Amino acid sequence: MNDTTAAAPLLELADVHVRIAGSHILQGIGFSVPAQGVTALLGRNGAGKTTTVKAILGLVPRTGSIKVGGVETVGRPTHAIVRLGLGYAPEDRGIFAGLTVAENLRLAERGGEPRYDLVHELFPELRKRAGQRAGTLSGGQQQMVAIGRTLLNENRILLVDEPTKGLAPRIVTEVAEALERAASAVPILLVEQNLHLVRRIAGRVVVVEQGAVAHAGGADLLEDAARTRELLGVGRAR
Amino acid sequence: MSTIVLLALTGLGLGALYFLIASGLSLIFGLADVLNFAHGLFLAVGAYGTWWAAGHLPGAGASGAGFWLAVLFGVAAGALAGVLVELVLIRPLYARPIEQVLVTVGLGLAGVALLRAVWGSDPRQFPKPSWAAGTTGVLGAQVPNDRFLLIGAAAVVLVALLAFLRRTRYGLVVRAGVEDRAMVAALGINVRVAFTLVFAIGGAAAALAGALGGVYFGNVTPGQGGSLLIFAFIVVVIGGMGSVPGSAVAAVLVGLVQQFANYYTGAGVGEASVVLLLAAVLLARPAGLAGRTA
Repeated sequence: MNDTTAAAPLLELADVHVRIAGSHILQGIGFSVPAQGVTALLGRNGAGKTTTVKAILGLVPRTGSIKVGGVETVGRPTHAIVRLGLGYAPEDRGIFAGLTVAENLRLAERGGEPRYDLVHELFPELRKRAGQRAGTLSGGQQQMVAIGRTLLNENRILLVDEPTKGLAPRIVTEVAEALERAASAVPILLVEQNLHLVRRIAGRVVVVEQGAVAHAGGADLLEDAARTRELLGVGRAR
Repeated sequence: MSTIVLLALTGLGLGALYFLIASGLSLIFGLADVLNFAHGLFLAVGAYGTWWAAGHLPGAGASGAGFWLAVLFGVAAGALAGVLVELVLIRPLYARPIEQVLVTVGLGLAGVALLRAVWGSDPRQFPKPSWAAGTTGVLGAQVPNDRFLLIGAAAVVLVALLAFLRRTRYGLVVRAGVEDRAMVAALGINVRVAFTLVFAIGGAAAALAGALGGVYFGNVTPGQGGSLLIFAFIVVVIGGMGSVPGSAVAAVLVGLVQQFANYYTGAGVGEASVVLLLAAVLLARPAGLAGRTA
C-alpha cells in the first residue's frame, strides 16, 4: 500500500527493497514525507523501520527509488546523500565515545554557519559539558548530542530513530520539546515506539509491517484503540 | 650501570623503529579495518628510495643536508606508495576483507621480489652521516648516536601525529572513523578521503623507519621490511588497534623487553619474550593497552 500526499513531498520512497545476508527485510516499501511537520514511522519490532531509515541514508544496500527533494539517491554514497540536507540521529545515538561533546558537534558541521545558539538554547547541558568525553555522558545527554548534531546545520529533513528509547521521563519531555521546536522549521521522519510522544508531535503516521507499508495517513489513527492494536500490537496508552 | 643505560637506549631505539612502522599500521587498521601486510613494502620503498637518492638525486648525499634530502625523498616515495596502494588495490576491496588480505600479502611478496630483481638480494651499504656513526657518553655508557636519531625521529612523529589527530579537522575525522566510520559518513563526511590520508601517513612513517633503519642496521635488504613488520603487528595489537599513543607505549615495551631479554638470557629469547608479553597483555586487556581509540 503506497501513500500519496497532495503537497509536494520532500522524501519519496518507491518500491524499495533491502536484502541483508539472505533476509528480505524491506519488501517494496513506498511512502512519502511532506515538506513540513512530523511523520512517524511505526511498526512492531523487526518490521523494518530502522532499515528503512538506513536505506534512505544509503547505509544498507538497496534497490528501488528514494528521492530527496526530487533528487534520486539510490546509487549515491552516504555522505553525498546526507549533504542533500539530511540530519540523522540513529537508534544507538551514534555518539563517538572517545571524542568530547564539542568535538562530536564540530564533526557534524557542514559548512555555512553552524547553529550553536539553537543547539545550546535547546540543550544548555551541552554547553556545560563541552569538554567532557561523550562516552561518559548519560543516555539522555548522549541523545541531546545526537539530536544537537542534526540541528547544527540547516537540514531539509531530519531522520530521528527511537530518540526516547531507554530515557527517563524527564529527559523524554526535554527531547520531545526539542523535536517539537525543530519540527516547526524542518520536517522530521520519526521512528518511535512511544505512542504518547507520537500523538503529541506527529501529524502523519506510516505503519510498516514485514518490510512494506500497512497503513499511511493522519496521526488520528492512533485515537482508534482497536485499529492501533491491530496494526501495532499495542494498546492506546504507551 | 653503563650496560643498563646502553641496553635501555638501544631498546628505546628499536622501539622507536617499531613505533614508526606500527603507528601507520594501527591507524590504517583502526580506521579502514585493513590488515595491511604490504606495510613492510612501504618501509622498503623508504629505505631503497633514500639509498638511491643519496647516490643519484642532485643535492642529496650521505651527509649533512644532503642526507636529509635523501631521507625526504624516501619518505615522499613511501607516502606516494601508500596513496597508490589505497587508491588502486584497497579501495575496490573495502567490503571484501579476505581479498584485501590476499592482495596485501601478495603485494608484500611481489614488492620484495621486485626489489630483489632490480637491486639483488645482497645487502646494500646504507649512507651513514659521520655524526650518526659516532657515540655519545651517557652515565658512563658510550651510546651510538643512531639510537638518538631513531628516538628523536619517533618522538617528532608522535608529537606531529597527535597534533594532527587532536588539532585538525581531518584528525578529528580519523579519530571518529576509528570508532564508527559509518556514522562519520552519516554526518556527511567523505570518509574515503581519510582512508587515503592514513595510507599516506602510514606510508610516510614506515618509509622514515626504512630510511633511519638503514642507518641503524648499516645496510638495506629487500626483506628487511617483512621481518620488522612482524614486531610492528605485535606492537599494534599490544597498544590497541587504532591507537597512536597505545602504539608508542607498546613499542617502548617491546623494544626494551626484546633488548634486555636477548642480553641477559640468550640470542632469540628476546623475540620469544615479546610474544609472551603479547599473550600477557591480551589476557589482561583483550583490546590492548589503549583500546580502540586514535
